[in-house]
Amino acid sequence: MELTLWTYEGPPHVGAMRIAASMEGVHYVLHAPQGDTYADLLFTMIERRDRRPPVTYTTFQARDLGGDTAELVKRSIQQAVDRFKPEALLVGESCTAELIQDQPGSLACGMDLGVPVVSLELPAYSKKENWGAAETLYQLCRGLLKSQVPAPGTARPGPERWKEEKRRPRVNLLGPSLLGFRCRDDVRELRGLLADHGIDVNVVAPLGARPADLIRLPQADANLCLYPEVAGPLCSWLERNFGTPVVRTVPIGIGATAQFLRELCALLGLEPPELREADQRSRLPWYSKSVDSTYLTGKRVFIFADATHAIAAARIASRELGFTVVGLGTYSREQAREVRAAAKELGLEALISDDYLEVEQAMAEAAPELVLGTQMERHSAKRLGIPCAVISAPLHVQDVPARYAPQMGWEGANVIFDSWVHPLMMGLEEHLIGMFRHDFEFVDGHLSHLGGASAPAAQPVAAPVNEVPEVTPLSATPEGGALRWTASGEAELSRIPFFVRGKVRRNTEAYANERGVAEITEETLYEAKAHFSR
Amino acid sequence: MAQTSTLPPVLRESGQREVFCGLTSIVWLHRRMPDAFFLVVGSRTCAHLIQSAAGVMIFAEPRFGTAILGERDLAGLADANEELDRLVGDLLARRPEIRTLFLVGSCPSEVIKLDLAKAAERINTRMQGRVRVVNYSGSGIETTFTQGEDGALTSLVPLLPSNPEPQLLIVGTLADGVEERFLSLFARMGLETVRTLPPRQSTDLPPVGPGTRLLLAQPFVADTVRALERRGAQRISAPYPLGVEGSCAWMAAAAAAFGIDPERVAAVLDPLAERGRRALEPLRRKLEGKRLFLLPDSQLEIPLARFLHRECGMELVEVGTPYLDRQLMAEELPLLPEGTQLSEGQDVEKQLERIRASRPDLVVCGMGLANPLEAEGFATKWSIELVFSPIHGCDQAADLAELFARPLNRRELLQWN
Repeated sequence: MELTLWTYEGPPHVGAMRIAASMEGVHYVLHAPQGDTYADLLFTMIERRDRRPPVTYTTFQARDLGGDTAELVKRSIQQAVDRFKPEALLVGESCTAELIQDQPGSLACGMDLGVPVVSLELPAYSKKENWGAAETLYQLCRGLLKSQVPAPGTARPGPERWKEEKRRPRVNLLGPSLLGFRCRDDVRELRGLLADHGIDVNVVAPLGARPADLIRLPQADANLCLYPEVAGPLCSWLERNFGTPVVRTVPIGIGATAQFLRELCALLGLEPPELREADQRSRLPWYSKSVDSTYLTGKRVFIFADATHAIAAARIASRELGFTVVGLGTYSREQAREVRAAAKELGLEALISDDYLEVEQAMAEAAPELVLGTQMERHSAKRLGIPCAVISAPLHVQDVPARYAPQMGWEGANVIFDSWVHPLMMGLEEHLIGMFRHDFEFVDGHLSHLGGASAPAAQPVAAPVNEVPEVTPLSATPEGGALRWTASGEAELSRIPFFVRGKVRRNTEAYANERGVAEITEETLYEAKAHFSR
Repeated sequence: MAQTSTLPPVLRESGQREVFCGLTSIVWLHRRMPDAFFLVVGSRTCAHLIQSAAGVMIFAEPRFGTAILGERDLAGLADANEELDRLVGDLLARRPEIRTLFLVGSCPSEVIKLDLAKAAERINTRMQGRVRVVNYSGSGIETTFTQGEDGALTSLVPLLPSNPEPQLLIVGTLADGVEERFLSLFARMGLETVRTLPPRQSTDLPPVGPGTRLLLAQPFVADTVRALERRGAQRISAPYPLGVEGSCAWMAAAAAAFGIDPERVAAVLDPLAERGRRALEPLRRKLEGKRLFLLPDSQLEIPLARFLHRECGMELVEVGTPYLDRQLMAEELPLLPEGTQLSEGQDVEKQLERIRASRPDLVVCGMGLANPLEAEGFATKWSIELVFSPIHGCDQAADLAELFARPLNRRELLQWN
């Protein structure tokens, strides 16, 4: 039993819904009680979908439990098939149905429905949403493709067979799904990127694919594993059984996109991409080199996201923007190894957790100047007064923008530059306001040139030092004695940029406690500074 | 006041329901009682449901959480009990401000028959009065959406002190501002002892006894009423305080139950009613003759239909309700126009077909259905807003009507060429 206040991931059947809802011609019958239909709103409200997800819920009630819930399952399956005429049917159960063991998948398989049926077993008490999505995509493809699997020992066509077949090379884009971060736009960006290099897209799955498209998956010369959380198991299975090689580099950021192209071109036997391509196609390299970006140097950044976006963000932040990564973590336990490796490269230990409070604590301790995280970290960062950009699912309605805003490819790098740097500039603006607040224009915060009643014309200069109370009482220290900040100490503290002020306050208090100093003056603050900088 | 009208047989349906479970009511209950914590004992689905229904708008250190059952808890109930005690201990140590802990049962905890009443008893003994622990079920196999509040309130009834003195007890959560307004209006009528359940502080429980008369602010508190009646309270039969007519009748019924001079009551209510009707007038012009289809969701559908028909002139195509409690609707049903089609339960696919066939001007529905219906060309109003917004009382009648007029106004405002 584990206490959860907010979760990064839903249950695994929500992952299965993401696959079904991403596709066309697939229907999902879910054995689940009333209330589980809440999941529809993830798609209709957050993704603003114009149709309900293709899910039929059995919505059993307590009174059904005494009777024949298996009959209810069969009736729901038959009605769903009759009404929606799917090309493939997924059948599974949510957490409660798992306990009553009606085995809806087996029931469906015995029903002669005239459509391919994939029975999903997604253990609700040990697995989560992304695992459920990956398992569903894998099971669905395996179910549709198993009759095509060549016998062991059969020669597999190489990734360069397109040359013999006198056609352009073609690849599958695997992993984009609803409720994934910016998947819709990433697909469009990658289609363009691949087209520029003479590569065709064979199938995009699950987003927008039909079951018939999945049957064409083995015709690709390579698979691009764009979101390993969702496509990892499928890519490995296709590689093992059909010999399709996988490009696992996720093209988010300049370096990763260039590496992705190099790997893909080498694999397919194409000319290597030109080195100038990044500079020609994306503004990030120049913007990052331009002189006003020098203030980005060494900015402390804390990263927490799904594995795909966390790893990508760490690379961009450290190599392409010159930030210092002070924390890196993920809630994707399935990809923990990769995130640990990325953290190690930066001299960090990765935080693998699905407890947002633990993440918030790590964030506070790291004292970053920018947080790159999920909606949870956005809220935590707000509480801590740190600017934040959202880089990963779980999604909020504002993470599904109306405009084109990919993360992948050259345009994705542009989007990332803007969306990470703007919150920092806002932070800098706050800092400047802090620095200039002795100027009377800033006494009340921002004042408009329109003037107005709020302009404190009568008292132009109100030095903040005078506003600080003589001594600020503080809560009891761990030793029990009360620490006091003198006016001079507070005044000095207030001159420190707001985003490190909390850390300086904590360090100074820790130093004062250690030395048994009861009153913190400006001198104590500088002594502490010297002490900690050693 | 109730003239009888004839309603056709209720359409009873059982099929896929597009309704939240009772856990969802935690979203407003925890705001009502800031010193209480709601601990759902359930699965990741339960946690995800509350989070999704609540949205991130209340993302603070929340006063609700989920004890997520793991495989080990399912394997042995003895361990599950121990685990629950440990987890509650940790929680209460970290949140010393909690005065009342609600252990909330869920579908999985009901199915594995985890005895939360026993758990509450055990923890109560251990806490020695520092925190009160109660339990109820919000599971989807037993409760719909707003019924969760009924469960929570019922669990508080045994804790209410006894007092035989006459008092009016308002049952069901009202928005704080609306509640204050009602209290001041009752005071003007000379009705001074008015208490509320749930109270604003979970420790400030109202007394109950033979002198207690119950006035229902919400139509989904049937079990609470029965529990209070067993402690001697008597229910005042009244329509619900939605709209000018409903609110006035509701307050007047309470005043009558305490023998207050009708003239004094009229002196308070008449100017309010007059002003309320004036405020409603422009909205009535907007809504009059528009055809309304209510899907089952919050259990407020019948009183809303009554208000929107009688005071706003809307035509009722179908009025769905998750379940029909004829006793608690006794004053409402006769106010529905003749021929109103009620439906109870749901088979969502069939109901959507009826919507497509009848082409209403406005559909009241849950969040899962709103955008798909909009995309099909129907104006919609999400019902969840009705449980968050201050909609009760004469002064709110126009605001309530405006919630329904807004989608129609918006459609007229938008233009693309």
